[in-house]
Amino acid sequence: MKVLIPSALRSYTEHSEAEASGATLAAVLADLDRRYAGIRFRMVDEQDRIRPHIRIFVNGEQVRELSHALRAADEVVIVQALSGG
Amino acid sequence: MAPTSRKPAVRRQGRATSARRTSRSRSPHRVLVMVATRKGAWLYHSDATRKTWRTDGPHFLGHIINHLVLDPRDGRTLLAAAKTGHLGPTVFRSTDLGRTWKEAARPPAFAKAAEGTEGRAVDHTFWLTPGHADERDVWYAGTSPQGLFRSEDGGVSWEPFSSINDDAQYRKWMGTVQDGTPDGPKLHSIIVDPRDPAHLYFAMSGGGVHESTDRGRTWAPIVKGLEVVEGFDPAEVTFHDPHCVRLCPSNPDRLYQQNHCGIYRLDRPSDQWVRVGKAMPKRVGDVGFPMVVHPRDADAAWVFPMDGNTVWPRTSPEGTPAVYATRNGGKTWQRHDAGLPAQQAWWTVKRQAMAADAADPVGLYFGTTSGELWMSRDEGRGWSCIARHLPEIYAVEAAELA
Repeated sequence: MKVLIPSALRSYTEHSEAEASGATLAAVLADLDRRYAGIRFRMVDEQDRIRPHIRIFVNGEQVRELSHALRAADEVVIVQALSGG
Repeated sequence: MAPTSRKPAVRRQGRATSARRTSRSRSPHRVLVMVATRKGAWLYHSDATRKTWRTDGPHFLGHIINHLVLDPRDGRTLLAAAKTGHLGPTVFRSTDLGRTWKEAARPPAFAKAAEGTEGRAVDHTFWLTPGHADERDVWYAGTSPQGLFRSEDGGVSWEPFSSINDDAQYRKWMGTVQDGTPDGPKLHSIIVDPRDPAHLYFAMSGGGVHESTDRGRTWAPIVKGLEVVEGFDPAEVTFHDPHCVRLCPSNPDRLYQQNHCGIYRLDRPSDQWVRVGKAMPKRVGDVGFPMVVHPRDADAAWVFPMDGNTVWPRTSPEGTPAVYATRNGGKTWQRHDAGLPAQQAWWTVKRQAMAADAADPVGLYFGTTSGELWMSRDEGRGWSCIARHLPEIYAVEAAELA
Protein backbone atom coordinates (compact mmCIF):
# COMPACT_ATOMS: atom_id res chain seq x y z
CA MET A 1 0.00 0.00 0.00
CA LYS A 2 0.93 3.63 -0.33
CA VAL A 3 2.51 5.32 2.70
CA LEU A 4 2.95 9.10 2.79
CA ILE A 5 6.23 10.06 4.42
CA PRO A 6 6.77 13.40 6.23
CA SER A 7 9.72 15.59 5.26
CA ALA A 8 11.56 14.70 8.46
CA LEU A 9 11.82 11.08 7.33
CA ARG A 10 12.61 11.64 3.68
CA SER A 11 16.33 11.27 4.40
CA TYR A 12 15.39 7.57 4.56
CA THR A 13 12.94 7.23 1.66
CA GLU A 14 14.12 10.10 -0.56
CA HIS A 15 10.50 10.41 -1.71
CA SER A 16 7.27 11.63 -0.16
CA GLU A 17 5.61 8.30 -0.93
CA ALA A 18 6.76 4.80 -0.13
CA GLU A 19 5.33 1.37 -0.82
CA ALA A 20 4.97 -1.11 2.02
CA SER A 21 2.80 -4.09 2.72
CA GLY A 22 1.38 -5.85 5.77
CA ALA A 23 -1.85 -6.87 7.44
CA THR A 24 -1.40 -4.54 10.39
CA LEU A 25 0.19 -1.14 11.00
CA ALA A 26 2.98 -2.94 12.87
CA ALA A 27 3.66 -5.15 9.83
CA VAL A 28 3.65 -2.17 7.46
CA LEU A 29 6.14 -0.28 9.66
CA ALA A 30 8.32 -3.40 9.87
CA ASP A 31 8.23 -3.67 6.09
CA LEU A 32 9.14 0.01 5.75
CA ASP A 33 12.09 -0.61 8.06
CA ARG A 34 13.26 -3.50 5.90
CA ARG A 35 13.25 -1.18 2.89
CA TYR A 36 14.59 1.90 4.71
CA ALA A 37 16.73 0.71 7.61
CA GLY A 38 16.33 2.73 10.79
CA ILE A 39 13.11 4.55 9.87
CA ARG A 40 10.88 2.65 12.30
CA PHE A 41 12.86 3.52 15.44
CA ARG A 42 12.54 7.22 14.66
CA MET A 43 8.71 6.76 14.85
CA VAL A 44 8.22 3.96 17.36
CA ASP A 45 10.18 3.44 20.58
CA GLU A 46 11.69 0.23 21.94
CA GLN A 47 8.52 -0.48 23.92
CA ASP A 48 6.48 -0.37 20.68
CA ARG A 49 4.86 2.95 21.54
CA ILE A 50 4.31 5.47 18.75
CA ARG A 51 6.53 8.43 19.65
CA PRO A 52 4.80 11.54 21.07
CA HIS A 53 5.22 13.77 18.02
CA ILE A 54 4.38 11.17 15.41
CA ARG A 55 0.80 10.84 14.16
CA ILE A 56 -0.38 8.09 11.86
CA PHE A 57 -3.59 8.35 9.86
CA VAL A 58 -5.28 5.52 7.94
CA ASN A 59 -7.79 6.71 5.34
CA GLY A 60 -8.00 10.01 7.19
CA GLU A 61 -8.57 8.58 10.68
CA GLN A 62 -5.89 8.76 13.36
CA VAL A 63 -4.64 5.36 14.45
CA ARG A 64 -2.96 4.87 17.82
CA GLU A 65 -2.49 1.11 17.93
CA LEU A 66 0.18 -0.75 16.01
CA SER A 67 -2.15 -3.76 15.94
CA HIS A 68 -4.62 -1.84 13.76
CA ALA A 69 -5.63 -4.05 10.82
CA LEU A 70 -4.96 -2.77 7.29
CA ARG A 71 -6.15 -3.69 3.82
CA ALA A 72 -4.08 -3.37 0.65
CA ALA A 73 -6.19 -0.44 -0.57
CA ASP A 74 -5.71 1.64 2.62
CA GLU A 75 -3.72 4.82 2.53
CA VAL A 76 -1.33 5.38 5.44
CA VAL A 77 -0.19 8.93 6.18
CA ILE A 78 2.59 9.58 8.64
CA VAL A 79 2.71 13.10 10.04
CA GLN A 80 5.19 14.88 12.29
CA ALA A 81 3.50 17.06 14.90
CA LEU A 82 5.94 19.88 15.55
CA SER A 83 5.83 21.83 18.77
CA GLY A 84 8.04 24.38 20.44
CA GLY A 85 10.90 26.19 18.69
CA MET B 1 35.16 19.14 3.96
CA ALA B 2 38.34 18.46 2.01
CA PRO B 3 39.85 15.03 2.57
CA THR B 4 43.28 15.01 4.12
CA SER B 5 46.18 13.16 2.58
CA ARG B 6 47.93 12.79 5.91
CA LYS B 7 47.61 9.71 8.00
CA PRO B 8 44.94 10.50 10.55
CA ALA B 9 46.01 10.42 14.14
CA VAL B 10 44.77 12.23 17.12
CA ARG B 11 45.71 13.10 20.61
CA ARG B 12 42.96 13.65 23.05
CA GLN B 13 43.19 14.19 26.73
CA GLY B 14 42.32 11.26 28.88
CA ARG B 15 43.35 8.40 26.66
CA ALA B 16 47.10 8.36 26.28
CA THR B 17 49.44 6.08 28.16
CA SER B 18 52.56 7.44 29.84
CA ALA B 19 54.74 5.90 27.17
CA ARG B 20 52.80 7.69 24.47
CA ARG B 21 52.95 10.97 26.32
CA THR B 22 56.72 10.96 26.56
CA SER B 23 57.04 10.20 22.87
CA ARG B 24 54.76 13.05 21.90
CA SER B 25 56.08 15.93 20.01
CA ARG B 26 54.91 19.27 21.36
CA SER B 27 55.17 20.91 17.96
CA PRO B 28 52.03 22.75 16.90
CA HIS B 29 49.19 20.72 15.51
CA ARG B 30 45.90 21.56 13.93
CA VAL B 31 42.98 21.37 16.32
CA LEU B 32 39.50 20.14 15.54
CA VAL B 33 36.76 21.64 17.70
CA MET B 34 33.46 19.79 17.63
CA VAL B 35 30.41 21.83 18.54
CA ALA B 36 27.06 20.15 19.21
CA THR B 37 24.02 22.38 19.41
CA ARG B 38 20.27 22.23 19.79
CA LYS B 39 19.95 22.71 16.02
CA GLY B 40 22.89 20.87 14.48
CA ALA B 41 26.64 20.39 14.67
CA TRP B 42 29.63 22.36 13.50
CA LEU B 43 33.30 21.48 13.10
CA TYR B 44 36.04 24.09 13.39
CA HIS B 45 39.48 23.35 11.98
CA SER B 46 42.40 25.49 13.17
CA ASP B 47 45.68 26.27 11.51
CA ALA B 48 48.85 25.10 13.29
CA THR B 49 48.89 28.24 15.48
CA ARG B 50 45.19 27.93 16.49
CA LYS B 51 44.70 31.53 15.30
CA THR B 52 42.49 31.07 12.28
CA TRP B 53 39.57 28.67 12.04
CA ARG B 54 37.75 27.12 9.12
CA THR B 55 34.06 26.40 9.63
CA ASP B 56 32.59 23.09 8.47
CA GLY B 57 28.87 23.02 9.00
CA PRO B 58 26.09 22.87 9.73
CA HIS B 59 25.87 19.11 9.90
CA PHE B 60 22.38 17.71 10.65
CA LEU B 61 20.77 21.17 10.62
CA GLY B 62 17.65 21.00 12.77
CA HIS B 63 18.74 17.92 14.67
CA ILE B 64 19.33 18.16 18.39
CA ILE B 65 22.95 17.06 18.78
CA ASN B 66 23.81 16.34 22.40
CA HIS B 67 27.38 15.18 21.89
CA LEU B 68 29.84 14.95 19.01
CA VAL B 69 33.03 13.03 19.75
CA LEU B 70 36.12 12.03 17.77
CA ASP B 71 37.60 8.56 18.26
CA PRO B 72 41.15 9.21 19.54
CA ARG B 73 42.15 5.71 18.45
CA ASP B 74 41.89 6.38 14.73
CA GLY B 75 41.65 10.15 14.53
CA ARG B 76 38.90 10.15 11.92
CA THR B 77 35.77 8.45 13.26
CA LEU B 78 33.14 10.81 14.64
CA LEU B 79 30.01 9.81 16.52
CA ALA B 80 27.08 12.19 16.90
CA ALA B 81 24.22 11.64 19.35
CA ALA B 82 21.17 13.01 17.56
CA LYS B 83 17.42 13.38 17.64
CA THR B 84 14.91 15.95 16.46
CA GLY B 85 11.94 17.49 18.19
CA HIS B 86 9.64 14.87 16.65
CA LEU B 87 11.79 11.87 15.72
CA GLY B 88 13.32 9.26 17.96
CA PRO B 89 16.96 9.28 19.04
CA THR B 90 19.78 7.86 16.99
CA VAL B 91 23.53 7.93 16.53
CA PHE B 92 25.26 9.03 13.33
CA ARG B 93 28.74 7.88 12.47
CA SER B 94 31.38 9.24 10.14
CA THR B 95 34.67 7.55 9.31
CA ASP B 96 36.03 10.49 7.32
CA LEU B 97 35.96 13.37 9.82
CA GLY B 98 32.41 14.38 8.96
CA ARG B 99 32.57 14.31 5.16
CA THR B 100 29.95 11.55 5.05
CA TRP B 101 27.65 10.16 7.74
CA LYS B 102 25.82 6.89 8.24
CA GLU B 103 23.20 6.08 10.84
CA ALA B 104 23.88 3.44 13.48
CA ALA B 105 22.19 0.14 12.62
CA ARG B 106 21.00 -0.25 16.20
CA PRO B 107 21.05 2.96 18.27
CA PRO B 108 20.97 2.80 22.09
CA ALA B 109 17.59 1.42 23.20
CA PHE B 110 16.39 -0.20 26.41
CA ALA B 111 15.39 -3.83 26.54
CA LYS B 112 11.76 -4.54 25.70
CA ALA B 113 9.80 -4.80 28.92
CA ALA B 114 7.94 -7.97 29.82
CA GLU B 115 4.25 -8.04 28.93
CA GLY B 116 2.25 -5.98 31.41
CA THR B 117 5.20 -4.02 32.76
CA GLU B 118 6.15 -0.45 31.95
CA GLY B 119 9.35 -0.31 29.92
CA ARG B 120 11.58 2.70 29.43
CA ALA B 121 12.44 4.29 26.11
CA VAL B 122 15.58 6.29 25.37
CA ASP B 123 14.59 9.91 24.81
CA HIS B 124 18.08 10.95 23.77
CA THR B 125 21.63 9.74 23.92
CA PHE B 126 23.37 12.37 25.98
CA TRP B 127 26.99 11.29 26.39
CA LEU B 128 29.51 9.38 24.28
CA THR B 129 32.84 8.02 25.52
CA PRO B 130 35.35 6.12 23.39
CA GLY B 131 36.54 2.89 25.00
CA HIS B 132 40.02 2.02 26.18
CA ALA B 133 42.94 2.38 23.74
CA ASP B 134 43.35 -1.43 23.78
CA GLU B 135 39.66 -2.02 23.02
CA ARG B 136 39.41 -0.65 19.54
CA ASP B 137 35.83 -0.06 18.38
CA VAL B 138 34.40 -0.08 21.92
CA TRP B 139 32.27 2.94 22.81
CA TYR B 140 30.04 3.77 25.76
CA ALA B 141 26.90 5.88 25.75
CA GLY B 142 24.84 7.47 28.51
CA THR B 143 21.20 8.31 27.90
CA SER B 144 18.17 10.15 29.20
CA PRO B 145 16.32 8.63 30.98
CA GLN B 146 19.43 7.22 32.57
CA GLY B 147 20.87 4.19 30.88
CA LEU B 148 24.32 2.85 30.09
CA PHE B 149 25.03 1.35 26.66
CA ARG B 150 28.04 -0.16 24.89
CA SER B 151 29.05 -0.73 21.30
CA GLU B 152 31.78 -3.12 20.25
CA ASP B 153 31.72 -2.24 16.57
CA GLY B 154 32.66 1.41 16.55
CA GLY B 155 29.17 2.72 17.29
CA VAL B 156 27.21 0.82 14.61
CA SER B 157 25.18 -1.30 17.03
CA TRP B 158 24.54 -0.67 20.72
CA GLU B 159 23.41 -2.92 23.55
CA PRO B 160 22.37 -2.16 27.13
CA PHE B 161 25.54 -2.45 29.20
CA SER B 162 25.81 -4.08 32.62
CA SER B 163 22.91 -4.58 34.94
CA ILE B 164 22.23 -1.03 36.07
CA ASN B 165 19.55 -0.16 33.50
CA ASP B 166 17.18 -2.68 35.06
CA ASP B 167 18.64 -2.99 38.55
CA ALA B 168 16.06 -2.16 41.24
CA GLN B 169 18.54 -0.28 43.44
CA TYR B 170 19.93 1.71 40.52
CA ARG B 171 16.46 2.48 39.23
CA LYS B 172 15.64 3.88 42.68
CA TRP B 173 18.78 6.02 42.69
CA MET B 174 17.97 7.25 39.18
CA GLY B 175 14.65 8.57 40.46
CA THR B 176 11.86 9.56 38.14
CA VAL B 177 11.78 12.01 35.27
CA GLN B 178 10.63 14.65 37.79
CA ASP B 179 13.87 14.23 39.75
CA GLY B 180 16.19 15.01 36.88
CA THR B 181 17.38 18.00 34.91
CA PRO B 182 14.65 19.95 33.09
CA ASP B 183 15.07 18.13 29.78
CA GLY B 184 15.37 14.73 31.42
CA PRO B 185 17.64 12.94 33.91
CA LYS B 186 21.00 12.10 32.39
CA LEU B 187 23.70 9.47 32.68
CA HIS B 188 26.99 11.17 31.88
CA SER B 189 30.73 11.41 32.63
CA ILE B 190 31.44 7.83 31.55
CA ILE B 191 35.15 7.42 32.26
CA VAL B 192 37.50 4.58 31.32
CA ASP B 193 40.70 4.30 33.37
CA PRO B 194 43.54 4.60 30.81
CA ARG B 195 45.47 1.94 32.80
CA ASP B 196 42.67 -0.62 32.96
CA PRO B 197 39.65 -1.10 30.67
CA ALA B 198 37.82 -2.94 33.47
CA HIS B 199 37.90 0.16 35.70
CA LEU B 200 34.99 2.45 34.88
CA TYR B 201 33.15 5.42 36.34
CA PHE B 202 29.92 7.16 35.45
CA ALA B 203 27.72 9.82 37.00
CA MET B 204 24.00 10.52 37.05
CA SER B 205 22.05 13.75 37.36
CA GLY B 206 20.62 12.94 39.72
CA GLY B 207 21.94 9.78 41.23
CA GLY B 208 25.59 10.18 42.22
CA VAL B 209 28.95 8.95 40.96
CA HIS B 210 29.55 5.22 40.50
CA GLU B 211 32.56 2.98 40.01
CA SER B 212 33.14 -0.50 38.65
CA THR B 213 36.40 -2.44 38.86
CA ASP B 214 35.08 -5.52 37.07
CA ARG B 215 34.27 -4.22 33.61
CA GLY B 216 30.81 -3.02 34.60
CA ARG B 217 29.56 -6.26 36.12
CA THR B 218 29.06 -4.61 39.51
CA TRP B 219 28.97 -0.97 40.52
CA ALA B 220 29.17 0.98 43.77
CA PRO B 221 28.45 4.62 44.49
CA ILE B 222 31.23 7.03 45.51
CA VAL B 223 29.49 9.99 47.12
CA LYS B 224 31.26 10.44 50.47
CA GLY B 225 32.14 14.06 51.11
CA LEU B 226 29.74 15.39 48.47
CA GLU B 227 27.17 17.86 49.71
CA VAL B 228 23.53 18.01 48.65
CA VAL B 229 20.93 20.76 48.61
CA GLU B 230 20.08 21.97 52.12
CA GLY B 231 17.38 19.93 53.78
CA PHE B 232 18.18 16.72 51.91
CA ASP B 233 20.08 13.75 53.32
CA PRO B 234 23.56 13.33 51.77
CA ALA B 235 23.49 9.63 52.69
CA GLU B 236 20.78 9.15 50.05
CA VAL B 237 22.51 8.57 46.71
CA THR B 238 19.58 9.79 44.64
CA PHE B 239 19.97 13.36 45.99
CA HIS B 240 23.49 13.73 44.59
CA ASP B 241 23.80 15.73 41.41
CA PRO B 242 27.28 15.53 39.91
CA HIS B 243 27.29 17.85 36.90
CA CYS B 244 30.56 16.72 35.36
CA VAL B 245 33.32 14.36 36.47
CA ARG B 246 36.78 14.20 34.86
CA LEU B 247 39.75 11.91 35.43
CA CYS B 248 43.27 13.36 35.12
CA PRO B 249 45.09 11.59 32.28
CA SER B 250 48.47 12.33 33.88
CA ASN B 251 47.34 10.82 37.19
CA PRO B 252 44.36 8.49 36.75
CA ASP B 253 44.02 8.22 40.53
CA ARG B 254 42.81 11.81 40.63
CA LEU B 255 39.31 12.96 39.65
CA TYR B 256 37.74 16.38 39.71
CA GLN B 257 34.04 17.05 39.83
CA GLN B 258 31.81 20.06 39.27
CA ASN B 259 28.72 19.27 41.28
CA HIS B 260 25.41 21.06 41.79
CA CYS B 261 26.82 21.72 45.26
CA GLY B 262 30.47 22.65 44.76
CA ILE B 263 33.77 21.70 43.14
CA TYR B 264 35.42 18.51 44.42
CA ARG B 265 38.62 16.51 44.09
CA LEU B 266 39.06 12.81 44.78
CA ASP B 267 42.43 11.08 45.15
CA ARG B 268 42.10 7.31 44.97
CA PRO B 269 42.24 4.93 46.71
CA SER B 270 40.39 7.31 49.04
CA ASP B 271 36.63 7.38 48.47
CA GLN B 272 36.23 10.76 50.16
CA TRP B 273 35.60 13.76 47.89
CA VAL B 274 37.14 17.04 49.10
CA ARG B 275 35.29 20.29 48.40
CA VAL B 276 38.12 22.31 46.85
CA GLY B 277 35.56 24.86 45.67
CA LYS B 278 35.51 26.30 49.19
CA ALA B 279 38.65 28.21 48.15
CA MET B 280 36.70 30.03 45.42
CA PRO B 281 35.82 33.70 46.11
CA LYS B 282 32.58 33.88 48.11
CA ARG B 283 30.92 36.35 45.71
CA VAL B 284 31.48 33.91 42.82
CA GLY B 285 30.82 30.63 44.58
CA ASP B 286 31.57 27.16 43.28
CA VAL B 287 28.43 26.26 41.35
CA GLY B 288 28.77 25.44 37.66
CA PHE B 289 28.41 22.75 35.03
CA PRO B 290 31.65 21.83 33.19
CA MET B 291 34.91 20.57 34.67
CA VAL B 292 38.09 20.60 32.59
CA VAL B 293 41.40 18.96 33.52
CA HIS B 294 44.91 19.56 32.19
CA PRO B 295 46.22 16.85 29.85
CA ARG B 296 49.64 16.68 31.58
CA ASP B 297 49.31 18.30 35.01
CA ALA B 298 46.92 16.78 37.53
CA ASP B 299 47.17 19.87 39.73
CA ALA B 300 45.65 22.05 37.00
CA ALA B 301 41.94 22.33 36.24
CA TRP B 302 39.39 24.87 35.06
CA VAL B 303 35.76 25.66 35.83
CA PHE B 304 33.17 28.14 34.55
CA PRO B 305 31.27 29.46 37.59
CA MET B 306 27.51 30.00 37.51
CA ASP B 307 25.33 32.03 39.85
CA GLY B 308 23.72 29.61 42.31
CA ASN B 309 22.08 32.20 44.56
CA THR B 310 18.39 32.61 45.39
CA VAL B 311 16.45 31.10 42.47
CA TRP B 312 19.62 29.72 40.82
CA PRO B 313 19.94 31.88 37.67
CA ARG B 314 22.88 29.69 36.53
CA THR B 315 24.35 32.57 34.55
CA SER B 316 27.77 34.17 34.93
CA PRO B 317 27.88 35.82 38.40
CA GLU B 318 27.16 39.57 38.15
CA GLY B 319 27.00 39.29 34.35
CA THR B 320 30.80 39.13 34.10
CA PRO B 321 31.88 35.78 32.63
CA ALA B 322 35.14 34.29 33.85
CA VAL B 323 37.01 31.03 33.88
CA TYR B 324 38.61 30.04 37.17
CA ALA B 325 41.81 28.00 37.14
CA THR B 326 43.70 26.11 39.79
CA ARG B 327 47.35 25.11 39.53
CA ASN B 328 47.60 23.38 42.89
CA GLY B 329 44.82 20.83 42.97
CA GLY B 330 42.17 23.30 44.07
CA LYS B 331 43.96 24.93 47.04
CA THR B 332 43.74 28.30 45.29
CA TRP B 333 41.89 29.58 42.21
CA GLN B 334 42.75 32.36 39.77
CA ARG B 335 40.21 34.38 37.80
CA HIS B 336 40.77 34.51 34.02
CA ASP B 337 38.56 36.96 32.16
CA ALA B 338 40.86 38.84 29.76
CA GLY B 339 39.08 39.24 26.45
CA LEU B 340 35.69 38.21 27.84
CA PRO B 341 32.89 40.81 28.15
CA ALA B 342 33.38 43.04 31.21
CA GLN B 343 29.68 43.58 31.86
CA GLN B 344 26.12 42.57 30.94
CA ALA B 345 27.01 39.10 29.68
CA TRP B 346 24.62 36.62 31.27
CA TRP B 347 26.12 33.45 29.90
CA THR B 348 25.38 29.84 30.67
CA VAL B 349 27.89 27.12 29.78
CA LYS B 350 26.54 23.58 29.94
CA ARG B 351 28.38 20.59 31.41
CA GLN B 352 29.69 19.25 28.09
CA ALA B 353 30.37 22.66 26.59
CA MET B 354 33.96 23.25 27.80
CA ALA B 355 37.05 21.36 26.75
CA ALA B 356 40.83 21.42 26.52
CA ASP B 357 43.11 20.37 23.70
CA ALA B 358 46.45 18.63 24.38
CA ALA B 359 48.74 21.31 22.95
CA ASP B 360 51.39 23.17 24.94
CA PRO B 361 50.27 25.64 26.12
CA VAL B 362 46.86 24.00 26.48
CA GLY B 363 44.04 25.47 24.43
CA LEU B 364 40.70 25.88 26.19
CA TYR B 365 37.30 26.13 24.52
CA PHE B 366 33.79 26.82 25.71
CA GLY B 367 30.42 27.39 24.10
CA THR B 368 27.51 29.35 25.53
CA THR B 369 23.80 28.67 25.41
CA SER B 370 23.58 31.97 23.53
CA GLY B 371 25.60 30.41 20.70
CA GLU B 372 29.09 31.81 21.12
CA LEU B 373 32.25 29.72 20.87
CA TRP B 374 35.31 31.08 22.72
CA MET B 375 38.90 29.87 22.99
CA SER B 376 42.11 30.56 24.85
CA ARG B 377 45.52 29.71 23.42
CA ASP B 378 47.30 30.22 26.74
CA GLU B 379 45.53 28.04 29.28
CA GLY B 380 42.83 30.57 30.07
CA ARG B 381 44.77 33.81 30.49
CA GLY B 382 43.34 35.44 27.35
CA TRP B 383 40.17 34.70 25.42
CA SER B 384 38.89 35.31 21.90
CA CYS B 385 35.67 34.45 20.11
CA ILE B 386 35.79 31.84 17.33
CA ALA B 387 32.11 31.92 16.36
CA ARG B 388 28.90 33.62 17.36
CA HIS B 389 25.24 33.42 16.36
CA LEU B 390 25.18 29.64 16.64
CA PRO B 391 22.19 27.82 18.12
CA GLU B 392 22.25 26.94 21.83
CA ILE B 393 25.53 25.10 22.38
CA TYR B 394 25.23 21.77 24.17
CA ALA B 395 28.73 20.33 23.85
CA VAL B 396 32.24 21.31 22.82
CA GLU B 397 35.10 18.84 22.30
CA ALA B 398 38.64 19.53 21.11
CA ALA B 399 41.20 17.20 19.58
CA GLU B 400 44.52 17.70 17.88
CA LEU B 401 44.84 16.34 14.36
CA ALA B 402 48.19 15.17 13.01
